[in-house]
Amino acid sequence: MLRGSNRPRRGSLLLPASAGNVWVALASTVVVFAGLTLIVVNSSGWPKVKHAFFDPAEFRAYFATVGHAFVLNIKIFLVAEVLILILALVLAVLRQLPGPVFFPIRLLAIGYTDLFRGIPTILLVYLFGFGIPTLQLAHVTNDPVYLGAAALVVVYTAYVSEVYRAGIESVHPSQEAAARSLGLTRGQTMRTVILPQAVRRVIPPLLNDFIGLQKDTALISVLGPVEALQRATLGASSEFNYTPYVVAAFFFVLITVPQARLTDLLIERDRKRQMAGGRV
Amino acid sequence: MINKLLAVAFVALAVAASGCGSSSSSSSSAPPVSSAVALTCTPASLKTLTSGTLTIGTDNPAYYPYFQGGPGGQWTGSYNNNPYTGKGFENAVAYAVAAKLGYTREHVKWAVTHFDQSFAPGPKNFDVYLAQVSIRPKRAENVDFSLPYYHANQAVVALKGTPITNVTSLAGLKQYKLGTQVGTTSYDFITQTIQPSQQPTAYTSTNDAIHALEAGQIDGIVVDLPTAFYMTGSGQVAHGTVVGQFPTSPGGDQWGLVMQKGSSLKPCVDKAVAALTADGTLAKLQQTWLSAKISTPVLQ
Repeated sequence: MLRGSNRPRRGSLLLPASAGNVWVALASTVVVFAGLTLIVVNSSGWPKVKHAFFDPAEFRAYFATVGHAFVLNIKIFLVAEVLILILALVLAVLRQLPGPVFFPIRLLAIGYTDLFRGIPTILLVYLFGFGIPTLQLAHVTNDPVYLGAAALVVVYTAYVSEVYRAGIESVHPSQEAAARSLGLTRGQTMRTVILPQAVRRVIPPLLNDFIGLQKDTALISVLGPVEALQRATLGASSEFNYTPYVVAAFFFVLITVPQARLTDLLIERDRKRQMAGGRV
Repeated sequence: MINKLLAVAFVALAVAASGCGSSSSSSSSAPPVSSAVALTCTPASLKTLTSGTLTIGTDNPAYYPYFQGGPGGQWTGSYNNNPYTGKGFENAVAYAVAAKLGYTREHVKWAVTHFDQSFAPGPKNFDVYLAQVSIRPKRAENVDFSLPYYHANQAVVALKGTPITNVTSLAGLKQYKLGTQVGTTSYDFITQTIQPSQQPTAYTSTNDAIHALEAGQIDGIVVDLPTAFYMTGSGQVAHGTVVGQFPTSPGGDQWGLVMQKGSSLKPCVDKAVAALTADGTLAKLQQTWLSAKISTPVLQ
């Protein structure tokens, strides 16, 4: 069912298979893009919009400044993503624990995902960033970058655990039954049979959440740290021009695109491996 | 005294300049013809959003001491101030300008526009806007500014008893962690003039900056002096104190009314502000609504 037989045959990732199709694709692409460009550029307000959002001089002026600030975003999401991958997996597995003994653990896991997916992220960032230091706990940092990142980890762990759960539940029960009948324990079955299949299937939605996380690193700016978006805001308000935001967007897109292509590649590789040379 | 003389000279020049600007009607893009063309500024001649009504924009929350009307209308909550009351420095300035243009209080309408939107391209929901917007050449490319109605010095606010309160010079501030609010010129002031050794932080609102100060995440907040007085005087920052103010920088932080780029109202608004400066109304409103500048030490 997952590998539908009525799917069109595809060559590579996004290009059509035969040479004739390439020309058709090229022509229609040119027509569509040229048309859209003409509509935008010929609109009466375009010069104003161009000046306010796409000013080349502003772009150059803020490229280095915003780029420098973007390093903080990168640091935050790299560390956060590693933590989220681990914690969310633990949470998803806890939620799958069978038997009445583990009921409270399942309840906690469900409660966690319900609560932290529901809370607006910005509230949690404020709560961690300004609330925790005000408690004046010993041995707890009051650095807004760490506290804000912790809030993001808490929220995205909830999202990602649901992604993992969907993956785990998509593995057919017969797999578990087969593994158990071969003498594997429940833990071994989960670790060596279910999870490897589950994780492979959820890589695309996982990346989806991570791109969301990467942009949400900008939320930490409400606690003060001047990351890319906050630097852009500072620029935009001092110049009365939105181009610095476009610079920030450029950097966010710049890191998103390679990840998206990497996921495409992984999916393709996985598909080929599962097909074992066959075609549908 | 010299300042006063300069101000008078400046105002005289400004009046002359605005007087020979465009005439009130159609040919607004034409070059100045002659100073003989009289500038008529009446509600009947002014092209406002709603004919006969002046729509003034400000932010929500509208902050003390610029707006002191207390909650009302859309302006609800503890820090919000209803501008229909006319209380507070900018609120009073707004009504004084409106009165100079011939609008009675009933013919002034208030609109809420976030600071960021005040300089967005395209149509505006206000005729004039004021929310402590500093006049800067770059900003003037997207919107028109009136002549300045106020000149604000920057100042540092800190918690009483913290080491930063002993600082007496600008150089002494370099070692401290400073924060400010986004959308002010204070961030550029910190990075360019104070040049601290630690990366300064920037907050979305004054309230956030205060939370960070109280949580010990920053040592001081850089804001304009009237705001500094408000933060420490009103209890917004418990145990807060104004460490010092910075000298008035040449061409520094002057606040002007924001208008749409190419607004036909500009000559009249300029004329009104110039008249209010010349007859001492603005100085009087400052005395009424803003704390005196004199007692705060200047950090050189």
